[in-house]
Formats: sequence, C-alpha cells, structure tokens
Amino acid sequence: MNLLQINNGNWVRVVGFRGGHGMERRLAQLGFLPGNKVRVIRSAPFRGPLLLEVEGREIVLGRGVASHVMVEYI
Amino acid sequence: MRYALVGQPNCGKSTLFNQVAGYKAETGNFSGTTVSFKETKVRVLGDVVELVDLPGTYTLLGTNPAERVVLDYLIEKRVDVIINVIDATHLVQGLLLTIELMELRRPIVLAVNMMDEALRQGIKIDGEQLSELLGIPVMPMIASRGQGIRETFIKAWHAGEEKRIPQPVQYGEVIESAIEDIKGKIERGVFPISRRAIAVKLLEGDPKVMEMVRESVPNIGETIHQHLDILCHQSFRQAVWLVATERQHAARDFESKVKTQGESFLSFRDRLDDYLLHPVFGYIFLVLILGSFFALVYGIGNMLEAPLMQFFEGITHAVMQFFPSSGLVPELITGLIQGFAGGLAIVLPYLLPFLIGLGFLEDIGYLTRIAFLMDALMHRMGLHGKAIVPFILGYGCNVPAIMSTRIMEDPRDRFLSAALATMVPCAARLAVIFGLASFYLGPWVALGIYFYNLVVIAVTGRIITHFIPEDSPGLILEMPVYRLPTVRSVTAKAWFRIREFIFEAWPLLIVGSIVLAAMNFYSITPFFDRLFSPITWLLGLPRQVGTPLIFGILRKELSLIMLAQAFGTTDFGSVLNAEQIISYTVFVVFYIPCLATMVTIKNELGGKNMWIITGLTIIVALIAALLARLVFFLFV
Repeated sequence: MNLLQINNGNWVRVVGFRGGHGMERRLAQLGFLPGNKVRVIRSAPFRGPLLLEVEGREIVLGRGVASHVMVEYI
Repeated sequence: MRYALVGQPNCGKSTLFNQVAGYKAETGNFSGTTVSFKETKVRVLGDVVELVDLPGTYTLLGTNPAERVVLDYLIEKRVDVIINVIDATHLVQGLLLTIELMELRRPIVLAVNMMDEALRQGIKIDGEQLSELLGIPVMPMIASRGQGIRETFIKAWHAGEEKRIPQPVQYGEVIESAIEDIKGKIERGVFPISRRAIAVKLLEGDPKVMEMVRESVPNIGETIHQHLDILCHQSFRQAVWLVATERQHAARDFESKVKTQGESFLSFRDRLDDYLLHPVFGYIFLVLILGSFFALVYGIGNMLEAPLMQFFEGITHAVMQFFPSSGLVPELITGLIQGFAGGLAIVLPYLLPFLIGLGFLEDIGYLTRIAFLMDALMHRMGLHGKAIVPFILGYGCNVPAIMSTRIMEDPRDRFLSAALATMVPCAARLAVIFGLASFYLGPWVALGIYFYNLVVIAVTGRIITHFIPEDSPGLILEMPVYRLPTVRSVTAKAWFRIREFIFEAWPLLIVGSIVLAAMNFYSITPFFDRLFSPITWLLGLPRQVGTPLIFGILRKELSLIMLAQAFGTTDFGSVLNAEQIISYTVFVVFYIPCLATMVTIKNELGGKNMWIITGLTIIVALIAALLARLVFFLFV
C-alpha cells in the first residue's frame, strides 16, 4: 500500500520506499523512515499533491513521490 | 577567520544573516551550479570575520544543487567555525543535521532559533543540558528580533580560537565497526573532511564521495559492498535507513532529555489552512489574495508613474534650453534622460511595491501554499508547484522572475520555468496591451490577450515537455507555519532583489537608450525596418513598425512609444486596423525578452540558454501572432 491510497485524516506507519537512492535519502531526512508515523492531512484537488504530517512537521509531497512511499495502517 | 551558517531550509538562517549583514550582503554564484550563497564581513570581538550564508539543506550530501553547494563549500573553503542554526520547534529534525555536522571535525556552535515560536507552542528547551549532552556550545536565539545573535557570535569566536572539535555521536556496534574498518583503508589527511564523515557517507552510498575516494583507494567499492552485506543481512532495511534511523534515535534521545512540552497557545493559526488550502475556498482565496496584490501594485505604480514622467519631461525641457534645438548632443542627452527616467519612472514604481508585497507573502508562508494549490495545474505544463513563483513574479517584471527560478532543484525545470516566465506579460508589456489594444479596441480585447497569453504559455510548456520530458520526481517541500513577517526582513529582502535591477539592468537601459538616440540621429532606422520586413510582412503590418520593434527589445514600452515617431502621428487607430493592432500587440507580448531580462537569463542560466530562450520567444511570437490573425480572419 502506498501513501496515495490513504484517505485524508488517517494515521499510517512507513514500511518502505520504492524508488531512487537519492530520493530515499531525501525522504529519510524529512522523517519518512520505516516505523515513523505519518498522517495525511489533506490533498489538493485535480490530482494535486498531498500535505502530510510527519515527526511534527508538515511536508508536501507530489503524487509521484508519494506513490513510492510504502505504508501500513496502524 | 570564516564562519559558515548551516541549517535546514526555513530555520531562520537567512533572517539571522540579514540581521547581521543588513543590506551589505553580496550574492555570489558558485561556479558550475547557480545556487547562490551570500557572504558578508562582520566584526566579532575586534576580529573581522567572513560570514557565509549557505543554502538550506536537510542533509550534508544532498541530491539537489543547493544542498550540494553546502558540502562543496565546506570542502573547498577553510571554514573555521560552523554556526548550525536549528528550529526550536522541530528539534529532532534539526539535530539530525547537527549530528551529521559533528562528524566533520570542525568547531560547531549550535544556535537554537525561534525560541519565541517554541514558547507559544508550549515547548521549553534546556540549552545548558543540550550543550552538555552534545559537547558543543548551544545558544538560544530569536533571530527575527535580534536576540541571542551577539552571544552566538561570541561563542563562535571562542570555539574558533580554541579549535574545539566536537566528539561525534556514536552509532550502533555493527555500523561503528564498519566505520572503523573503512577508516583504516583511507589515508589520514588526504581529504579535507574527516575520515569518519567519509566512511559514513560511503555507507550511505553517496556517488560523489565514492568517486573521490576511489581515486586513492581503488578497491573501496568492494569493502563497502562487504559491509553493506553484513549490515543489510542483519536487518531487512537498507543502509541509508539504518544510519538515518540511528541518527533519529540519538536525536530523539537528546530531545527527550532537554525538552518539556507544556500547554500550547495556538488556536486560530492552526485553523487557517482549513480555509486557505480548502479544495474550493482555497482557490477563491487565492484569486482574491493575488487579485488584490496586483491591484495594489498597479495602483501604486500608476499613481507614481505619471508625475515622475512629468518631472523628467520638465527636466528634459530645462536641460534642452542650454543646447541647440537639433544636433547629436541634444539627442544623446535626451536618450540619457529617457534611459534614466525609464528605470525610475516606469520600472521602479511597479517593481518596488511588487517586491515588498512578494516578500510579505513569502515571509508569511503563503507562497508555499500557492505551490501546493497549483501543483496539479503546473504538471500539465511539465513543471511542478514551485514553478508558480516565477510566473507570479513575471507579471511584475521578468527580471526577478528569472532570478526566482533558483528555487527549482532540477536544471531542466529551471530552464523551462525561465523560458515560460519570459513570456508572461510584465508591467511594461501591460502598457502596450492597455495603451494600444485596450485603448483602441476596448477592455475585453485586453482581457482576451491576457487569456490568450496563458493558453500559448501552457501549450508551449506542453510542447517543450514533449522534447525534454519531465524527469524530476515532483514536489517535495516543507510547509512552513504562518509567521508574522517583520518590517526589517521584508524590506531587506526587497532591497536585496531590487539592487540587482538598479546596478545591473538599469545602467544597460541608459547606455542602450543613448546608443539608440545616436542611431536615430544618423537615420539608421530604415535599415532596421528592412531587417524586420519579413516579420512585418508575415504579420501584415506596415514596414515602419520595424524600428519600434527593435526599440522594444531595449524596453518593451518603447514599442508603443516609438510608434508615434514611426508613423508621425499619435492616433494609431488611423494608421492600423483592428487586425493589425491585435497582431502587433500579440507579437510584442511574446517576442524577445527585453535586454534586462536577457542579461538576467545569461547571469542565471548561461549565454547558451539565453540565445535558446530568445530564439524560442521569436518563434512563439510569430506563431501566436499568425494564429491570432487567423482567428481574426475566420471569426470577425
């Protein structure tokens, strides 16, 4: 399951990442690490980006990036 | 002595820098990349210290050019003290970078910024305890109000004098033994950063560091692979995540010992995004906010433009009394005054309120919200949300628009957003649209041209994307909390942007204006008319408009003003029919960015890209004008 499949307002836990190495490091620095909790706060209309809460910060991820972040329900 | 400010994006680093440097800051472009850092000289305890503000970064060995600059700078220049600025409200995230920095074996001072914000959120941080735990000096700070800045620099001075090298934070046993082994393979003193830092970066799989080390240790790749095998067999996770997770554990451990969470005083601000990012109301507010912003800018600009122009006309008259009524000298002097007046009376009245307003929107945190709302739309043009900023700026003036493409990570995105932003009708082209099309054909025509412009830009973006496909992964950015901007930071920012126009573009305007006056005097203009005749023929325009089009490259308003000289009348409606007015206006809107914009493109993206973009705009202008003619022919 990836982040795009999560409805607004739900908390999930990161389990992995599918994609390039550089992107992975970047997301790790922003707090998208396995085991960390993420909440989908809202998403922009017309297939816009997601606004996520992770580690007390709000992060915007485009749908392309978000589709690579693997998560599970808590 | 050289101090470097290092911190994550949006931690208040630049606020601190501006507080220290005032407007004396200099921008420098790093060779190769174009992400800039700023330098200034400050006096600390009697010593003159060079202070550099490096771009914000989440990690030392990042993937985008801005982040890369940070490590390249730390390697190439001798930095005596690192001043690491972190956001007190995001302590754990900030400390992740601090832990990375502590591996470099350079003296570090930690400035915990935004203590006022933390207090509002009920967060208390024990700075002394943190300093003891990390083994580096720690100073609480409120950079926006100037609190704690002096003390931070004094601490940095002492750290630099004593060459206080911090002890790096220890990882788990397996990682530590890997680091020890890799360190053993690397010779001491060959690399400008510590062997430990290099070993960690190798484990994290940084390609650049790998390349660097391979030159002296050819078989390092195998060693790393062995260790990755050990690391990743014991855990299903990848090494990058192992290291990051350990740093996070350490950072959380530090936080739990120094932070106490009390009651939060936030209420209204948290709810604001429910309206401003709402799927429906969010866009309504966007239109309202941007609409009133532009109305304000044009209102102020208009109010100042007319009296300033009158003032310069008066000056021209007064000066001309001392010269013969005809001849080269008075022509040249008129050219000089016109060039000077163009900058002061036509550009600055719009640019100044625009930049102040923009700095305000930026500091308050709204620009990121616009990027969030517009990301989906921008993707249709092959760009992502961040590219909306150069577009918005472009309506005021293309020069700051081009400069703002620096926020894009990918060179391809920078090029595309710069190319498209030059086609956005700036305030000068607004004068042509309103003075010609709207004046003779009505306001709806002006609105139609603006809309047509948007369509052409979107289609152009799509076509270019077809040839250079979008390969950047998309939008990744941190949503800042709303903050009330200070007058000082907004004005400093506006000045920082406006000085580039004043010192780089304006002198060119003046020189160009003088040169054109001379050309006019020696009657070289028929030559230009002939040069442009294929274009004017294609567009169905009289030959004389060639010279105004040339003048328009210098300053877009001139393609309107010079029409009077070309036709010998100011009643353009009697010489041009409706179709000609539309095709001329459309062509002026798109063709060749003005000289100041071209120079900016050259500075930001290089000479080659400047010519590519210029060529592109001519092609687009021709096609757009011909299409407009066709539409006019078919439907009117």
